[in-house]
Amino acid sequence: MNIIVCIKQVPDTQDVKINPQTNTLVREGVASIVNPFDMYAIEEALRIKERLGGKVTIITMGPPQAEVALREAISLGADEAILITDRAFAGADTWATSYTLSKSIEKFGGYDLIICGKQAIDGDTAQVGPGIAAQLDIPQVTYVKKTEEIKDGVARFERMTEEGYEVIETPLPCLITVVKEINEPRLPSLRGKIRAKQAQVTKFTSKDMDLDPNKIGLKGSPTVVDKIFAPPKRTGGQVLHGTTPEVTDKLVEEIKDTVISAGKT
Amino acid sequence: MDYLLTEEQTMVRDLARRIADEKIRPVAAELDEREEFPWEIMKVLAESDLCGIYIGEKYGGMGGGGFELSIVTEELSRACGGIAICFAATALGVYPIILHGTEEQKQKYLPDIASGKKLAAFALTEAGAGSDASAIATTAKKEGDHYVLNGTKQWITNGGEAEIYTVIAMTDKTKGARGASAFIVEKGTPGFDFGKKEKKMGIRASATRELVFNDCKIPKENLLGREGMGFIIAMRTFDQSRPGVAAQAIGIAQGALDLAVKYARERIQFGKPISSFQGVQFMLADMATQIEAGRALVYATARMIDSGAKNVAKGSAMAKLFASDMCMKVTTDAVQIFGGYGYMRDYPIEKYMRDAKITQIYEGTNQIQRSIIALELIKEQIKSK
Repeated sequence: MNIIVCIKQVPDTQDVKINPQTNTLVREGVASIVNPFDMYAIEEALRIKERLGGKVTIITMGPPQAEVALREAISLGADEAILITDRAFAGADTWATSYTLSKSIEKFGGYDLIICGKQAIDGDTAQVGPGIAAQLDIPQVTYVKKTEEIKDGVARFERMTEEGYEVIETPLPCLITVVKEINEPRLPSLRGKIRAKQAQVTKFTSKDMDLDPNKIGLKGSPTVVDKIFAPPKRTGGQVLHGTTPEVTDKLVEEIKDTVISAGKT
Repeated sequence: MDYLLTEEQTMVRDLARRIADEKIRPVAAELDEREEFPWEIMKVLAESDLCGIYIGEKYGGMGGGGFELSIVTEELSRACGGIAICFAATALGVYPIILHGTEEQKQKYLPDIASGKKLAAFALTEAGAGSDASAIATTAKKEGDHYVLNGTKQWITNGGEAEIYTVIAMTDKTKGARGASAFIVEKGTPGFDFGKKEKKMGIRASATRELVFNDCKIPKENLLGREGMGFIIAMRTFDQSRPGVAAQAIGIAQGALDLAVKYARERIQFGKPISSFQGVQFMLADMATQIEAGRALVYATARMIDSGAKNVAKGSAMAKLFASDMCMKVTTDAVQIFGGYGYMRDYPIEKYMRDAKITQIYEGTNQIQRSIIALELIKEQIKSK
């Protein structure tokens, strides 16, 4: 089983502040972490490898400092890491990113399974995973919460939906995106950390891949960001006073009014 | 304070701290309340490679020493002194094998300890033999290829949970202290059972139990060193392990201080955070200074022992004595800073004070530590003449 995990280095949003003038994220001084959903992707890859044997390769596209994220993945037990980095890739939207990642995966080749986190916590688009599958023209299963079985070139997953879950069987190779319900990511081991420090990270630039220059970076990104704004702050709500029956009656009336007025618009 | 840790020691510390914060802190209060052994945490520690931190690479360990063991124990203790001792007590149990075991014994027992697959325990104390260790009544009688053990050990940390026990028993009662020997006994050996599990004031996640030997036959290969070396082995083991208990005390004290500083900044009285009052500030400053002094002593001692120094008894006793007395004082002051809330079990701080107390008692009471230090002073004076 050769498994590729695509990860992203993101700002630790627990610390993120928004500049009230520009309504953009203040990135200065904010620590970078591996996108939390990608940690579940790494863990799932390691668990599948531990069961079935094989190799786990981590790929990320980002600035040179994204190497830190790759080393963290190695400390957890990943075998290899590839950093796709080039100024030409800067400003890529989800379309250009999916294209570039899929080209690097094609170049790397020999994979059975690609795992991504369901979305990154900075952009929250959930588009790159499915985008890679589309570019590679392989089956995809999104929001996977359980790997049921992988055997004889066929994999079966449980996919979370709003109503419950679906069981989906697919031939390999395929791509899955995972939700946090799928596992509990491990902590690194000391041997893993030592290995991560010494490990070689392979670097791919735009010259190392067979790329259409019009499909990468800002130029290859059809997405136009019209405006970024912080949603209006929630107001304090309304506190009802009185005895319990009085308050209950008032509350029921309020709910009725809200539902009716919502129905009218 | 920068203690000039190597890059690897920094990794060890950071990893232990992460385990403490992410895995131990969330469960510490519950395990304390339920007096439940932290097997989940032991599994995390095993997977982290930290169980073999002080064991040679030849036996599957990471090749570190008492210093690395102390760093890990300290970091785990910041979150829970009870869970930390479940980890550290194994070191106490296997140091006799590391220090005095034959190559065969090391090959047989150390790899499973290093991988975290098995825990160990050290058994010296009995109902009638605490500080006066020479009063032990457990006997080991040689019969052909075997020794037959009879007697009861008391208050054994990791008792019942560990697989490997180092047990001190009398092979020749007529020789007093020189008639004691050390043995390796495996859990499951016929005639080896566990007595009652103790209910304790603190370190309640750890297991403290009686070991009962009733005509327990063990192969003669399980003798450590030679017959009659039991006390020497025990004393050398304690010399080696005391910085570990001292590190536990440093960690508990640091954990209490961290909570106290945070609380002092949040608690508003007279319209201000109590951290703005000099009375509280001075307490915090004294606590921090005492902890740093203790840490410097413990680290220096652990490094001295790892360097292979011969006479380590005095330094080892000083580190344990100072760190544990300091820990009791600092945790008591931390509860004081929390005021009434500190006395309530809804807040985490009272547990630190309960956990602190044992560090003044076990691995030799602090009175015994003072005796060791004084005896060494007198010996040094005699030698210098």
